[in-house]
Amino acid sequence: MAPAPGFKPHNCVAFVVLEGTVKDSESVADWQPTASIETLRGRARLIARMRAFFAERDVLEVETPVLGHGGSTDPHLASLSVEAVTQAGRERLWLQTSPEFAMKRLLAAGSGPIFQLARSFRDGEVGRRHNIEFTMLEWYRPGFSLDALIAECDALIRQVLPVPPGETRRHRYRDLFRERLGVDPFTTPLGALRDLAAERGGLAMADADRETCLDLLMSLTIEPELGRSGIDVVVDYPAAQAALARRHRDPEDGVEVAARFEIYLQGLELANGYDELTDATEQRARFEQDAQQRQRLELPNVEIDRRLLAALDAGMPSGSGVALGVDRLIQLALGKSSIAEVMAFTTPRC
Amino acid sequence: MANYSTNEFKGGLKVMLDGDPCNILENEYVKPGKGQAFNRVKLRNLITGRVWERTFKSGESLEGADVMDLDMEYVYTDGDMWHFMKTDGSFEQYAVDKKAIGDVEKWLKEQAVYTVTLWNDNAIAVSPPNFLELEVVETDPGLKGDTAQGGSKPATLSSGAVVRVPLFINQGEVLKVDTRTGEYVSRA
Repeated sequence: MAPAPGFKPHNCVAFVVLEGTVKDSESVADWQPTASIETLRGRARLIARMRAFFAERDVLEVETPVLGHGGSTDPHLASLSVEAVTQAGRERLWLQTSPEFAMKRLLAAGSGPIFQLARSFRDGEVGRRHNIEFTMLEWYRPGFSLDALIAECDALIRQVLPVPPGETRRHRYRDLFRERLGVDPFTTPLGALRDLAAERGGLAMADADRETCLDLLMSLTIEPELGRSGIDVVVDYPAAQAALARRHRDPEDGVEVAARFEIYLQGLELANGYDELTDATEQRARFEQDAQQRQRLELPNVEIDRRLLAALDAGMPSGSGVALGVDRLIQLALGKSSIAEVMAFTTPRC
Repeated sequence: MANYSTNEFKGGLKVMLDGDPCNILENEYVKPGKGQAFNRVKLRNLITGRVWERTFKSGESLEGADVMDLDMEYVYTDGDMWHFMKTDGSFEQYAVDKKAIGDVEKWLKEQAVYTVTLWNDNAIAVSPPNFLELEVVETDPGLKGDTAQGGSKPATLSSGAVVRVPLFINQGEVLKVDTRTGEYVSRA
């Protein structure tokens, strides 16, 4: 369409200002922090409490590089990269989407239980509960079952929150779909899932695969209701969403599910834990599947972390690990409505 | 016109959806723990005024809408169309039809400055200034001395709007009125 005289895309700024919702992108009037100084004091106290929690339990605090030669291949995570001059000359390094790979290499090297407060980066994740860079609390417990780690994660959350939430309840992923939507995520025909997703989301889902339908229904209809009267733990995710978790059979009908959990409080996903995959061959196969899916979706290729695979080859102890969104937990603990209110500066102000 | 992807959606951005220009009101990024991210978007259809709630897969894009809000002075009506003139000194005029003028018809005052929304250079909506000063053309006679007591009565203003005014207001007085709420503010 023909632009009106004098209209250029950058003029957008001129009219959005009238709406009062978007600031001039070149303005530096927003130099001030997004969190109040009082909130930042509260944040520091809560982080000290997290460190004390692990110190009491003899879990070692570690620091690993934010940059890696390999990155996350997960097609649903967009990695940022930088060009750096290193001993090897000019090369491309990936900013971590979580500290998982480096921490697993420490486990394989015999570190024992470890935790890290790690700055993580996910391109394009922008919203009330997302910021491109954020703080992840990740910890690994060699020898822990998934149940033992769920209990520890619950204890940590309760230690951080000033007002104790209601009781902790556990739900199977498929039971949530059955109870709340009347469909079975694993056995309901794809056509029926597409119709339901299209109806609930108000978008065309005719060519969507099963995972996309489930993701949409989970995000829009189930998640917002979770954690409203206590802590809700969701287990037994679809096998296709296993990522770096082991898979096992659902005793009900033998359907393969992922040995994963997520913890929700007040509609917010706080933590995501795995019974960690230790099989290097299986891990390599999953990385390759990711790479193929990336190619199909025309997403940029991300280098596989070959050192992680070598560490798994050498042998990583069985156990469980979990990543927890620190900004979100602090948001809930301090009674704020967005993570921006508990971060010194969000990305738009960086 | 540029395309905007979901992560560029923000309040005030104008985009095309189902053939109509829309103003984005809210954009909420939602993502399950691991999996496809979505954007839950509220948009106002600028032609019908209706609010739509739609979901997009993150990374999808919409064509920008060639929509501009311009300040224009109201000049006159010929009965069918309402005529506005740019305030930039160009004297360029735009004719606005009944559909686009909508409820604003009762808030029109010559020489007052309105925001006219243009889509592909056609006027599709008009918003009045938040406050207007208008003369009372018809109301019951004022009650002398009653300046503090409550109570109100209808008054018809020169633009055609009818607002509730205090009992002491008389015909011929000029009032300051809030066009967003249709309420009397003060004597001008």
